[in-house]
Amino acid sequence: MATIHVDVVSAEEHIFSGEAQFVVLPGEEGELGIYPRHTPLLTRIRPGTVRVKLANGGEEEFVFVSGGILEVQPDMVTVLADTAIRGHDLDEAKATEAKRAAEEALQNRTGDVDYARASGELAVAMAQLAAIGKLRKNRA
Amino acid sequence: MAGSKEIRTKIKSVKNTQKITKAMEMVAASKMRKAQDRMKAARPYGEKIRNVAAHMAQAHPEFSHPFLEQRENVKRVGVVVVTSDKGLCGGLNTNLLRQVTQFFKASEARGAKVCATALGNKGFGFMNRANVPVVSHAIGLGDTPHLERLIGPIKVLLDQFAAGEVDEVHLAYTRFINTMKQEPVVEQLLPLPKQKLQGESKQGASWDYIYEPAGPEVIAQLLVRYVEALVYQAVAENIASEQSARMVAMKAASDNAGSVIGELQLIYNKSRQAAITKELSEIVGGAAAV
Repeated sequence: MATIHVDVVSAEEHIFSGEAQFVVLPGEEGELGIYPRHTPLLTRIRPGTVRVKLANGGEEEFVFVSGGILEVQPDMVTVLADTAIRGHDLDEAKATEAKRAAEEALQNRTGDVDYARASGELAVAMAQLAAIGKLRKNRA
Repeated sequence: MAGSKEIRTKIKSVKNTQKITKAMEMVAASKMRKAQDRMKAARPYGEKIRNVAAHMAQAHPEFSHPFLEQRENVKRVGVVVVTSDKGLCGGLNTNLLRQVTQFFKASEARGAKVCATALGNKGFGFMNRANVPVVSHAIGLGDTPHLERLIGPIKVLLDQFAAGEVDEVHLAYTRFINTMKQEPVVEQLLPLPKQKLQGESKQGASWDYIYEPAGPEVIAQLLVRYVEALVYQAVAENIASEQSARMVAMKAASDNAGSVIGELQLIYNKSRQAAITKELSEIVGGAAAV
């Protein structure tokens, strides 16, 4: 029986690797079911669950991914998963926040490093708030 | 000769210092192992992305993205400076910042202004002292770096690059070679050097992906992710370098403390002996007088 090699990797860690009979992924434009010898495909995926039907025994493995990019080759599937909660607005918020923090630090250059640390922490807090807000909106 | 009580106190204080440096050495050794694992775990992602992007570049010669195009006139150069947050790790940050300073000088000689994104407290402080404009920063990244913290600061530079305000982006970090050896490097991040994008291609050039949604959109996202993965990898490597540099520095400090203790002990013993001899001769002299 033909099998397909599945790799789920993120920038921070190797999440899953193994042979599979069949894989289901949350593609951006709908659920994707991939069998061995699929035509090459490159697409974005939404946050969701990757269901992998393992080659031996046919047990199912579930891997949660918070979005990312999917590459399909006839003999392998690679999920380049995002580790962070991503979204255009969220990325934008993070960038604005980082910029603001840098500008603030610039104005208070005479202040000591403690101030820089505090503003760095503030930036984190703001980014987290933004993520939470986004999550709530998605759920509602 | 100093009083024996003073020497005793001195020995005790050096011993205390040695205890601290020993403890730091052991902590760094255990953290180093974890940091190395994280560094290795980050590799497959970068390789996979590079292969996809390489294929893309082969299959579509007409395809181009701002991140791939060399600019002729370089007016402003951005540098992502990755340093540690804490000190006590030997010459790690000093060596890197010296390299960065040289790079700044070379850029200014080319007629380009410089700006920096500082990842890590030491680099941030240095850029402020050196009057280099810091467009964004992230400090206090801790022992387990998270990509999430890096996205914002990187995006600031990427946006400026896309807008044409910055024409080149470089990445400065300390590359981990082995426990004893770390090397400060400044390498080009954007535009992506062509040779970096030459991955393996197994099936010739006659096939292509189906893209969902459109090719350029997916590739743009892919390239941003690739750059972020490179920076993350640099941060992970920098932490591994930091821990091993700290381990080596603390080992040297413990050894030095050991030799200082040995010397002090010798002086102490000599002064003790001298005092005893003196007392004895006084007693003998006194007895002879009676």
